[in-house]
Amino acid sequence: MTNLLQRILPTVQKPARYTGGEWGEIKKNLEDVRVRVAFCFPDTYEIGMSNLGMRILYGVMNEMDGVWCERVFAPWGDMEDAMREHNLPLWALESQNAVKDFDMIAFTIGYEMAYSNILNMLNLAGVPLHAKDRQGLKNMVFAGGVCAFNPEPLAEFIDFFSLGEGEEITVEIVALYDKAKAEEWSKERFLREVAKIPGVYVPSLYRHEYNADGTLSAIVPLEGAPETVTKRIVEDLDNAYWPTKMIVPSTEIVHDRANLEVFRGCIRGCRFCQAGFSCRPVRKKSPEVLYKQAMETMEYSGHNEITLSSLSTSDYRGLKELTDELIPYCAENRINLSVPSLRADNFSRELMEKLQTVRKSGLTFAPEAGTQRLRDVINKNLTEDEILNTCANAFSGGWNNVKLYFMLGLPTETDEDVLGIAELVYKVIKTWQANAVNKKRGLRVHVATAYFVPKPHTPFQWEKQITPEEYLRRCRLLKSHFYSKSITYDYHGPDLSRLEAVFARGDRRLGPVIEEAVKNGAKLDGWDEYFNYSKWFDALNECGIDADFYTTRGYGEDEVLPWDTIDVGVKKKFLLKERHRAYEATVTPDCRHGCAGCGANCLLKEVECDA
Amino acid sequence: MPRLLFEKKGNAVWISHLDLMRLFQRAFKRAGLPLTHTQGFNPRPSVSIALPLSVGVESGCELLDFDLDGVIIPCKDIMERLNCALTDGVRVLDVYENGAKIKHLSYLDCCLTLEYDRGVAAGTVENMKALFCRDEVIVEKKGKNGIVEQNIIPMIRNLTVEQAGEKEVKIHARVCCQNPSLNPMQLSAAIDKYLPEVKPDFVRCCRVEVYDEQENVFR
Ligand code: SF4
Repeated sequence: MTNLLQRILPTVQKPARYTGGEWGEIKKNLEDVRVRVAFCFPDTYEIGMSNLGMRILYGVMNEMDGVWCERVFAPWGDMEDAMREHNLPLWALESQNAVKDFDMIAFTIGYEMAYSNILNMLNLAGVPLHAKDRQGLKNMVFAGGVCAFNPEPLAEFIDFFSLGEGEEITVEIVALYDKAKAEEWSKERFLREVAKIPGVYVPSLYRHEYNADGTLSAIVPLEGAPETVTKRIVEDLDNAYWPTKMIVPSTEIVHDRANLEVFRGCIRGCRFCQAGFSCRPVRKKSPEVLYKQAMETMEYSGHNEITLSSLSTSDYRGLKELTDELIPYCAENRINLSVPSLRADNFSRELMEKLQTVRKSGLTFAPEAGTQRLRDVINKNLTEDEILNTCANAFSGGWNNVKLYFMLGLPTETDEDVLGIAELVYKVIKTWQANAVNKKRGLRVHVATAYFVPKPHTPFQWEKQITPEEYLRRCRLLKSHFYSKSITYDYHGPDLSRLEAVFARGDRRLGPVIEEAVKNGAKLDGWDEYFNYSKWFDALNECGIDADFYTTRGYGEDEVLPWDTIDVGVKKKFLLKERHRAYEATVTPDCRHGCAGCGANCLLKEVECDA
Repeated sequence: MPRLLFEKKGNAVWISHLDLMRLFQRAFKRAGLPLTHTQGFNPRPSVSIALPLSVGVESGCELLDFDLDGVIIPCKDIMERLNCALTDGVRVLDVYENGAKIKHLSYLDCCLTLEYDRGVAAGTVENMKALFCRDEVIVEKKGKNGIVEQNIIPMIRNLTVEQAGEKEVKIHARVCCQNPSLNPMQLSAAIDKYLPEVKPDFVRCCRVEVYDEQENVFR
């Protein structure tokens, strides 16, 4: 007889994402396994398998003796319906065993709007949602990823958080669990011990107290827990674990190519960017190591495309050396080399031309703001001249496609700044008219604006978000100034970004909101097919939470912030200074012009910050 | 052009036709077997699979044509190297220096396993045999221009029905697979339509062998 899952598979879309069995998947003999980890990604297979962090930690954990880490993804709605109808609990791909039978359940969280998926996945697994309802060591739930830098909205669901880069800390955590399991510790004892690992934050060891106006009055550590928990980093990337034997999905995923990370951290300091600050300090990988890893990765995977990734790849010092070696190898082996987030400098232009021999892709810029004044406020170091020069070059080289990304609602933004976007776009069109070699095909300018979301651990962490009405007014204002047929303008509704703002700077009082929304059926919120604001709106009302408190109110500079317990390296004093420089539209030059003193170098013991 | 025979079994049956082409392209690369590429703006490695297999259907007789760039490698080596580079469930069974022209591909043998969780009802096999002895059995088929009705009987070369254990019925059939073609799952659709009282709880489908016009094995 065919089993239940096999009977369900013909009835759902893209069944291959539920079966595992891909090239590079790791299977272990259960007799040799002491700790089983279900590594959950709170989104679909296509998104999760494109995530580099998950791939690294999958390899790290499976390198450990006696540990088997398996993958779990959120099912699409049709599969979820079938699972609920037939009482089929959520399973892990490698063994097809139920998640509820695993020792540890890990999540990696890169996006606030994945919170509903976390709860929904625990629910589909048949695992109690609340940490306090999971007794004993079984089903220990922990989480990492960028969202762990303000984990408070999830505090009642997750047993502990792992902060920062996971290569070393994850091994320490799982090894401690291995010991605890062998010695039959209580959960309380394990949590007390795991909290001693630098970088581990156990929310139940902190009490949050509030003022009458709803702001936090104090965060009190309990049972000797540290006042602040500092994120972990890997100092020596050349010798750090890197998975050259990665899983190659048998079905198409979002980033269906090999991915090589060239360095970590960011020298730029764009004041709105959470990754830019929270991933500091800057650490390099050497071109020799990267070249070797690229070859091994390509040979093992059989991919026909490799991308050099990082927050800002053109800032990688070894880029010329690395691409000089990689380009001939890739050409010979018919591999596309893609270098994302190239800047508008001379070298990048040259490189772009060289890569063109491999494949021509679109031209993308993220000026973020329409006027130089506002770009100075946000410290986005990209001038109009740079954009137009690069465009001129590209147009004369045959390109006729440009994408431009902006934000609306940035601090100090006025209508003049909004209309500055339209002006910039017209200058791009003019540049095309003056430089295009092939005007028959016409020009396509794709403009997209996003609703600014203030994020923790950035100089804008205290800022107000503008109201949804005001955001829409600015979108319409901009739209009314686009006259050319060459322009397509995309803007999303404000709902998703408003919720993102609530949860990004949220506190513990939001836990019940997530739970309520999930009860109402919220899930896959990152997908237009599923996102339903009313479910969240109702949940906020139900729980008596005013979204404005977290969004349009803004946070006071001496207010206790929910994420004050978390130290990402960059100091609060520095963020404050940057905030005030923003108001004066004073640029802070990138780290290569001199260290701005963000404080993240204090995380380094063996090497210097390599900006 | 060289051709290989492969099987698609186990969880690999859930891989779609397009994904399977990509899977092979990568397997050739992993095996160090460089493929020639198509011309044009977006060159693709040249592999093509004879009769696209529906998702969920197992097969022991899939044919894939490929073209190696420059190098001459013995068929046996190609097979061994590919099998070391393929995922579970996809396995090369044989490699031929040259395949017959695809236009001669005419028939295929298939096997349907009908599962009855509460046991096979009396008379099921006889009723099915009788059904497929009719002159006309009309089943809907999704075509390019929407749904069309077609009589499947002329496309069935031969067909047997037998009970296999208490809970399974097996149908073995030889059907047309090119101009016109009958998707074996339509045999099951016919049962659902004409004999709704014996609609199975689940159907497994397997492609067993392919033949030319003279009903000789096609390679
Ligand atoms: S420590 Fe200095 S050089 Fe390093 S990231 Fe911070 S500001 Fe830049």
